[in-house]
Amino acid sequence: MSEMVKMNGLQAINAAMFEAMEADPKVLVLGEDIADREGGGVTGTMRGLSTKFGDHRVCTTPISEQAIIGAAIGVAINGYKPVAEIMLMNFTTVAMDMIFNHAAKLRFMSGGQTSVPLTIRTLTGAGWQTAGQHADHLEGWFAHAAGIKVVCPSNPADYKGLLLSCIQDPDPCLFVETGGTLFVPGEVAVDQGPIPLGKARIVQEGTDVTIISYSTMMLRCQAALAGLAEAGISAELIDLRTISPWDKQAVLDSAAKTGRVVIVHEAVRNFGPGAEIAATINEELYGQLKGPVRRLGGPYSPVPFSKPLEDAFLVTPEQIVEAVKGLMG
Amino acid sequence: MARASTAKPAKGAAKPTPAPASNRERPAEPVRYEASKDELMAFYREMLLIRRFEEKAGQLYGLGLIGGFCHLYIGQEAVAVGLQSALEVGKDSVITGYRDHGHMLAYGIAPKLIMAELTGREAGISRGKGGSMHMFSVEHKFYGGHGIVGAQVSLGTGLAFKHKYANDGGVAMAYFGDGASNQGQVYESFNMAELWKLPIIFVIENNQYAMGTSVNRSSAEDQLYKRGESFRIPGLQVDGMDVLAVRGAANTAVEWVRAGKGPILLELKTYRYRGHSMSDPAKYRSRDEVQAVRDKSDPIEHAKRDLEALGVTEADLKDLDKEIRKIVSEAADFAESSPEPGLAELYTDVLVDTY
Repeated sequence: MSEMVKMNGLQAINAAMFEAMEADPKVLVLGEDIADREGGGVTGTMRGLSTKFGDHRVCTTPISEQAIIGAAIGVAINGYKPVAEIMLMNFTTVAMDMIFNHAAKLRFMSGGQTSVPLTIRTLTGAGWQTAGQHADHLEGWFAHAAGIKVVCPSNPADYKGLLLSCIQDPDPCLFVETGGTLFVPGEVAVDQGPIPLGKARIVQEGTDVTIISYSTMMLRCQAALAGLAEAGISAELIDLRTISPWDKQAVLDSAAKTGRVVIVHEAVRNFGPGAEIAATINEELYGQLKGPVRRLGGPYSPVPFSKPLEDAFLVTPEQIVEAVKGLMG
Repeated sequence: MARASTAKPAKGAAKPTPAPASNRERPAEPVRYEASKDELMAFYREMLLIRRFEEKAGQLYGLGLIGGFCHLYIGQEAVAVGLQSALEVGKDSVITGYRDHGHMLAYGIAPKLIMAELTGREAGISRGKGGSMHMFSVEHKFYGGHGIVGAQVSLGTGLAFKHKYANDGGVAMAYFGDGASNQGQVYESFNMAELWKLPIIFVIENNQYAMGTSVNRSSAEDQLYKRGESFRIPGLQVDGMDVLAVRGAANTAVEWVRAGKGPILLELKTYRYRGHSMSDPAKYRSRDEVQAVRDKSDPIEHAKRDLEALGVTEADLKDLDKEIRKIVSEAADFAESSPEPGLAELYTDVLVDTY
C-alpha cells in the first residue's frame, strides 16, 4: 500500500492541477481571478500555477462566462485540454448555451470528427448564507444533456483522482466542487492517480438498506451511519461520484441485495438526479423491492438567505435516519 | 500607451475606413454642480450615513451577525448620492448589482429595513430571504440587488422600456461595475436600448478592480466610457470621488435621457476601500495604494472641505455625525433584536400561490 498524506479537497485539486500540467503541456487553465496576482482563485485551488507555468497558460480572464467557455471549447477542438473555471455553479447558467448547445453536442453534430476535451470546474453548495444566486446544485441540468459528463466528488482522494480523469477524458466534463466537502481533510495516497469516471464507491457494505448520495450530502449520510447502526440497521452506503454517466450496475446490485433504497442529494428534490435513479431502480427491480424508493433533497424553494431557513433547506443526518427507519417498517 | 490607430491602408485597398461620423449630437460637457449650503449638507449627510452604515455592517459581519457575502460601498459614496439626487424617487427606477446597500440608502430606504435584511430577519426588506445581495423596494422603484454579474443591465433595459412604453416620464438608472462591463449581455442591452431610444442611464462604477483583477488586466479598452460608442451611445467620464461633479454629470444625463434622446453611458471613476466582499483579503493591491486614495480623494472629506468653505462649522458636522451614528446604531439594534423568519417561510413567496 502506498504512503498516505493528509490534505483537504482544495489541496487535492491543486495537486491534481500541478500534476496534470507538468505531465501534459496541452493542459491550460482559464478563469476569473485565477492567477497568483489575483490570489490563485477565490478558494485558492489554482494557487502557484501561474507562477510555475506562466500567465500564458494560466489565464486570468475578464468576468465573461460565455467567452470563457466559448474560448475553452475553441481551444479544445483544436487539440488542447483546457480546464475552465466558472467561479460558482450559478454562473454556469450565464454560459449555459456554450455548455449545453456547444460543448456537449459538437462531437455528435460533427459526426465524431471532433471531441471537446474540456473540463469545467465549478463550486457550489448551501450553508454559507450565499442565498438564491450563489448556492444551487444544478448537476441535474447538465446530466440531462447528452454529451457531457458530470462529476461530483465528496472527499480529497476523489477530488484528486476524478479531476485527473476529467482532464484526461476526451469529452467535456463538469467537475462540481462543494463548499461542504472542500475543506474537510482526508487521506490521499501520495501516488493517487486517476479514478475512473462513472464508477461509484461502496463506502460501507450492508444488507438492510442502500443509501445513495454524492457531494456534501455524502458527509451527512456518513454522519447518519452511527444512528442507523444503533438502531440495528445494516446500511450499505454508496458514493455515486459521477452523476452522468452514473454507475447503474453498482446501484442495481446493491438495491437487489437490500431491497430498500434511500437517495439523498442537496439538489432540489423535484426533478432532481434522485428521480432518474429511483425510476431506473423501479424499472429494473420491480417486484424485488421491499418498499418504495425514497428520495431526500432540497425543498421546492430557492436557497434562502436566513440561517434558520437555510438550515431547514438542507437534509440532516436525522432526517436520513428517519427515512431509513420509515422504510424498515 | 497610444490609443489612436495609426495603421495605414494596405496597398491596393479599395478605400480607407471612413472616420467616425462627428455630426451626431453630443450631450453638453457636464459642469460641476453648484450646490447651496443646504443641498451640499444633504449630500454630505447621505454619504456619511452610507459610510457609517457600512462600517457597522462590517462590524456585525465580524461578529457573525451577518452571514454570506457582504460587499461594502465604502469609498464609492459620492456615486450613488450624486447620481440619485438627480432622480425622483417613486418615478425613476434604479437597479444595481450586489454592492447595493449604498444605492438603497441614497434612495431613502429605511436603514433598519436594510440592516435587518443583512442579518436575515423577518423584518428585513426581503423578509430575510434575499440577504445583502438581493434587496428590493418596489415602492421606491428600486429593483434590486442582483448577484449575477451584469445581469441587472438587461433587467434595467426592461425598466426603461416600461418607462417609454407607458410614457410615464420616468427614467431608469442601471448600475454595474468595471467587471460587469465585460459581460456580453451588457452589449446586447446597449444595442437594444439605443435602437429603441430607451430612457436609461447606464452607470459604470469603475472602482478599478473586478473582484481581484484590475481593469488593465481585464479590459482591452480600459476607458470604459467609450464602451457604448459602437452603439452610438454617448459616454462621459466622471470623477466619482466628487459628489458635485457626479451630480453635475447626473444633470446632463437626466436631461439627455428625459428629452427622449436615448441612453447615455456614465463612467464613474471611483475606488472601494474594502475588499470585494468581506471574505476578500485584497492581496492584489498594496495598502499604500488604498491609503493614498483615502488621503487624497476621499469623497466625504472632499465635501467636508467644501462645506467648511461655505461656513459650516466643525461643531455642526460633529452634531451631524452624532445623529447619523444614532440612526445606524438603532438600525443595528433593530436588526439584532428582530426575530428570524419562521420555518414555514421557506415555502412562501416561491410562487404567488402555495405549491
